Amino acid sequence: MKSRIALIVYILFILLPIYWLLNMSFKTNQEILGAITFWPQNFTFENYQKILTDPSWYKGYINSMIYVSLNMVISLTVALPAAYAFSRYKFVGDKHLFFWLLSNKMAPPAVFVLPFFQLYSSVGLFDTHIAVALAHCLFNIPLAVWILEGFMSSVPKEIDETAYIDGYSFPRFFAKIFIPLIGSGIGVTAFFLFMFSWIELLLARTLTATEAQPIQVIMTRTVGASGIDWGVLAAAGVLTIIPGIFVIYFVRNHIAKGFALGRT
Amino acid sequence: MNKIENNKAWFLVLPVFILVAFSAIIPLMTVVNYSVQDVFDTNTRYFVGTEWFKAILNDAALQSALMKQFMFSFTTLSIEIPLGIGIALLMPKRGMAASLCLVLIALPLLIPLNVVGTIWQIFTRSDIGLMGWSLREMGVAYNISRNPVDAWATIILMDVWHWTPLIALLCYSGLRSIPEAYYQAARIDRASRWAIFRYIQLPKLTNVLIIGILLRFMDSFMIYAEPFVLTGGGPGSSTTFLSQALTTMAIGQFDVGPAAAFSIIYFLIILAVSWVFYTTIMNMQKEK
Amino acid sequence: MSWMVWTTPTAGFFIGIGLILASMSIWQYVSPSIERKGFLPIKTTRGDRLFIGLLTSAFIHLGIVGFTDLSILVATAISAIWMAILMRWG
Repeated sequence: MKSRIALIVYILFILLPIYWLLNMSFKTNQEILGAITFWPQNFTFENYQKILTDPSWYKGYINSMIYVSLNMVISLTVALPAAYAFSRYKFVGDKHLFFWLLSNKMAPPAVFVLPFFQLYSSVGLFDTHIAVALAHCLFNIPLAVWILEGFMSSVPKEIDETAYIDGYSFPRFFAKIFIPLIGSGIGVTAFFLFMFSWIELLLARTLTATEAQPIQVIMTRTVGASGIDWGVLAAAGVLTIIPGIFVIYFVRNHIAKGFALGRT
Repeated sequence: MNKIENNKAWFLVLPVFILVAFSAIIPLMTVVNYSVQDVFDTNTRYFVGTEWFKAILNDAALQSALMKQFMFSFTTLSIEIPLGIGIALLMPKRGMAASLCLVLIALPLLIPLNVVGTIWQIFTRSDIGLMGWSLREMGVAYNISRNPVDAWATIILMDVWHWTPLIALLCYSGLRSIPEAYYQAARIDRASRWAIFRYIQLPKLTNVLIIGILLRFMDSFMIYAEPFVLTGGGPGSSTTFLSQALTTMAIGQFDVGPAAAFSIIYFLIILAVSWVFYTTIMNMQKEK
Repeated sequence: MSWMVWTTPTAGFFIGIGLILASMSIWQYVSPSIERKGFLPIKTTRGDRLFIGLLTSAFIHLGIVGFTDLSILVATAISAIWMAILMRWG
């Protein structure tokens, strides 16, 4: 019983700041700046209306979703075979290559901001979705390889061997037998890829101007000459949380099924 | 697992290598080039040798930013990891309650970094925020833009709020992978709650904890958007961490030379700490 | 390429690193290195010792450049000796 209460207290701690944002998003600016009210007195959809009817606002969401999905597809496509190689074979430089990949997760994005801008400008990709997707690969591909390798190591090697004896070619074995076996792993990996790409700010802001600008950057313009438009800011914030809720809802069973990652 | 020696495996890794190298090596080389020059534009630049490195290493503001950075990473990790494990142990094991718990607890993880900053900035304001207002009503003198202690406490609270769920989620998943038979055996042996944790649960958690701790160390060491939005690095420079100092230098003042030298030192520190950590853990596992 | 603002010393540095990595890979391919225990607290292969050597050399350079008035060549010389010791007995 005591543990139930502790858990509920923790969840309240998680939810309270989010509730406050949600609460504000349904208020008018007058009410927000007036006395503290624990729920909206004059319930209004005005703030959401402003965002969802103005293309310069809602395009930010579309942009974010495009580059996040692109990044997930690219990262998973290249990371799956690589993780298989790391989990099954020894090859020249494997350990060092693995650590080098991880080290890119450690490079503070702030380090790369300026050269990234110039690199992507020089190949003509500046202000495109693919530029942000590729830049996020820098930390997402290593992460995907790392997590997938853990899942793959837990699949017995006998399965591969039996399949090869049965006459399966590598691509067919990989697509037909192996990938379904680590379905949960792919789900969990996709969750982390989504998460790190969706929340990232520095690179996404540096590599875009107007065409591919993500929502978290557009949000900053609620700070105008006449002060901050708190209601719209809160509504935009709430809208950035919603895609995440769907993603976590879809992968909840994979996470609940349990995984113990690990390299041996 | 015994791995087969096979250098053809390189072909499977090649796409990853090319993609990551494109985004990693070219910018890294450029940063190194910047660090030894005074760059005005691509045609007007002067070779200055190691001057920037000397200046950066002796810059008192940056040294203090580094100290603050270590303190911040250490504090948040030492709160988040035990708390995360604790939450994972408390979470219901199956059914609707488990799903609901997972979704609610994972919420903060999926919020863009600057929105996290905004949420807490609003939440802690004494005029429109619930927490700031409540503290004021209770007569607590709380002001994150004046008092460095309040600013620090708030940033740590925000980081705990944001990232403890990552540890909890990973640990929860690790716990679910323990077969029920282990617990039954422990019950027959009349093992204490602590013994179960120490000898059954914790060993299963080590692998996920390695990932969790490394991820948290790297990310906390690079924290930027959240304190930037919440406190702007203030009051004074009391919450200006490394990334923010670097970004101000590179973009704000456009001193790419010193900023590049700074970046290289920064990267080397993270690389060294992570390598020591990674190697120690890998060796511990090998011995087991 | 011009935006990368190359200089002769940094180009030389990267060519050097590239050559070391290439020759180490070939060496590893021709005669694979076996993990052994030297004076370092962990078992290492040739490649591990190279990595440790490069990383510590970077810090030796930073220390000498940042906190003494000695020439950078002194740091390079110390690093080279340290590297040799490490590769042989590490």
